[in-house]
Amino acid sequence: MKALRLSVTRALGGVALAASLAAPLAAQQAPAAGTATTLDAIRARGSLICGVNTGLAGFAQPDSQGVWRGFDVDYCRAVAAALWNDASRVRYVPTTAQNRFTALQSGEVDMLSRNTTWTLSRDTSLGFDFTGINFYDGQGFMVKASAGVRTARDLNGATICVQPGTTTEQNLTDWARANRIQFTPVVIEQLNDVVQAYVSGRCDAYTTDVSGLASTRSAQARPQEHVILPDVISKEPLGPLVRHGDQRFADLLRWIHYGLIGAEELGITAANVAQAAASDQRPEVQRMLGRTGDLGRMLTVDNAWLLNVIRTVGNYGEVFERNLVPIGLQRGPNALWTNGGLQYSPPFR
Amino acid sequence: MSSSTADPRLASAGPPRRPIRLSWSDERLRAIVWQILVVGIVGSIVWWLWSNTVHNLEVRRIATGFGFLQREAGLPIGESLIDYDPTHSYLRALTVGVLNTLKVAVVGVILATILGTLIGIAKLSKNWLVSKLASFYIEVIRDLPLLLQLLFWYTILQGLPGPRQALNPVDGVFLSNRGMKLPWIEWLPAHNWALLAMVAGAVGTWAYARAMRAKQYADGQPRKIWPAGLALMVGLPLVVWAAHGAPFTPDIPALRGFNFRGGISISPEYFALLLGLVTYTAGFIAEIVRAGIQAVNQGQWEAAEALGMRRAEILKRIVLPQALRVIVPPMTSQYLNLTKNSSLAVAIGYQDIVSIANTTLNQTGQAIEGIAIIMLVYLSISLSISLFMNWYNARIALVER
Ligand SMILES: N[C@@H](CCC(=O)N[C@@H](CS)C(=O)NCC(=O)O)C(=O)O
Repeated sequence: MKALRLSVTRALGGVALAASLAAPLAAQQAPAAGTATTLDAIRARGSLICGVNTGLAGFAQPDSQGVWRGFDVDYCRAVAAALWNDASRVRYVPTTAQNRFTALQSGEVDMLSRNTTWTLSRDTSLGFDFTGINFYDGQGFMVKASAGVRTARDLNGATICVQPGTTTEQNLTDWARANRIQFTPVVIEQLNDVVQAYVSGRCDAYTTDVSGLASTRSAQARPQEHVILPDVISKEPLGPLVRHGDQRFADLLRWIHYGLIGAEELGITAANVAQAAASDQRPEVQRMLGRTGDLGRMLTVDNAWLLNVIRTVGNYGEVFERNLVPIGLQRGPNALWTNGGLQYSPPFR
Repeated sequence: MSSSTADPRLASAGPPRRPIRLSWSDERLRAIVWQILVVGIVGSIVWWLWSNTVHNLEVRRIATGFGFLQREAGLPIGESLIDYDPTHSYLRALTVGVLNTLKVAVVGVILATILGTLIGIAKLSKNWLVSKLASFYIEVIRDLPLLLQLLFWYTILQGLPGPRQALNPVDGVFLSNRGMKLPWIEWLPAHNWALLAMVAGAVGTWAYARAMRAKQYADGQPRKIWPAGLALMVGLPLVVWAAHGAPFTPDIPALRGFNFRGGISISPEYFALLLGLVTYTAGFIAEIVRAGIQAVNQGQWEAAEALGMRRAEILKRIVLPQALRVIVPPMTSQYLNLTKNSSLAVAIGYQDIVSIANTTLNQTGQAIEGIAIIMLVYLSISLSISLFMNWYNARIALVER
């Protein structure tokens, strides 16, 4: 029945957006200079409404108790920890690739933390602001081990399953055109259904972000029957996003991400953060954890914001370790810059 | 109109006109004031909604307008009735979507009507088993949500073997999880001309039949239509085809690489959607047909039987023509339902107008324009169906004297 409900929301998403856009701004927490902002609305409500995906192991998925867990979910929890020192004050709204943007535009969710690629048009004409790149990714292909396919070029003439409303489908057509590859697309909206179509053999290959492939592969009964091809055909910088104009909220999200990375750089973990706040004499640690200065207040939150965040979710490395290593992902480009990766935090001062 | 009325008595038939008094007790003045007020309120609400929308879009920097229609779509589309590749514009992609919707709606309406009529008649059958089977079908099909049925059919089709182990029931026909592959011919202009000749032949046959019927009414002599019909609809196209050199190269599907090449194919997505829509809607149509037939007075059957007609003949010549008057109006809404239900296509990956417009609005962020396009398309299709059915209904209506 989840599918049923989702296709209804999908069908109505656009209509809801039209309706919400037709209402006056003040009534719906949209930003405008001097009037209520999304951050004010979140505070007044006392909880965060976070748009996540519909269930991608490692990124966002409810566990057997119905508690949402995953890399993207931890970013939502971190926001709640920074605001109220209470990570449970989040309501999760599952969104498909197709309906996520209308959900954010219409105000149904406050933010998206949902393996979404930062692109120019999403940043401008769709009316969003991305707040950083928390996962450097790229698009790949998964095939059955039995198919005997070695590289993506062997896919000429193949049928390829893809989710609509993604950069994935656009990259796929670009790549096919550039490499003169013929393929038949099968375009299915729901993640479960598109994976099912691939597994049943309707498609020869399934394409999406490599992280998504790893997640889907790990969720199969026999993961060794599926191989992820070595080719990566695009750049997919993933990160959280908010509505254009929500600068304060965007600042908070941006610095939560940098805080997670900065903590890893400084060796601060969930286990030692309280200790560090009390006794670590490094000036930057003292500033970050709110013992000196007012970095927190500059972000309009409690000065102990990052202390609470790290205590709740750990540093970036811990978030990665807990959620993504189990599905078979390596740090790769997401290692710290000091380890040859791309993750880097501007200074906390 | 009244000025052209010839009869002077009609022109002055209304109540005597008196000038409007500027007083609240004047009924006509009150009516005018109320109307201005209502129009004014509705107008300002619309204006208020509109200006809010424009303002909000502006504040959020969301693009507006229909300029995106000319931009390159870059969308992959699995099946299309017209030439399409991802370098074409969004407009082209949306057109493909509209045609895909029409492809399933038109074929669906025709098949659902045939199947529904047969089942409706079966339910009235004197054969106990046949009638019970028909009742059972109608109950089950109408009680299950359509979305569930679509997913059911799609899962079944996905369960077929892969292309390498495809079922091959008849030579040249392959059934696999990639769909159904049928042999076809290499389509050349000659075939288009032959097709055109067939359409012309059909029109000719219809005109001929009309003329012959008029003669029959005049002298009571029945005349055979079929020889002329055969000549016009089969002979003529054959002659045209022969005149173009009678090209005929069969195009038999064959497994090459991942998939079958050649022939024509019916995708599992289209097939599942069509199957679901037809079997579902047929359940409702069957009930309409049954009710229509039962609405015809039992005396008609008895009178016809007394004249020695067989049951099938009575049904065809006496009962169905009268039942149609009861059947047609509710049928219109079934056709509208089928068309609108075809938007459930997204659930099983058939790329109809909703699917493509949704992707377009996702890629461009222009939700309002996208939704407007979807509404316009369904409105046009639905109005066309209604207009056609109203016309047909008026044609078969009882001519009262
Ligand atoms: N990064 C791409 C693709 C994102 C995406 O939606 N990926 C799929 C496959 S990994 C997904 O997360 N689906 C989850 C869902 O639909 O719930 C984008 O932003 O367009």
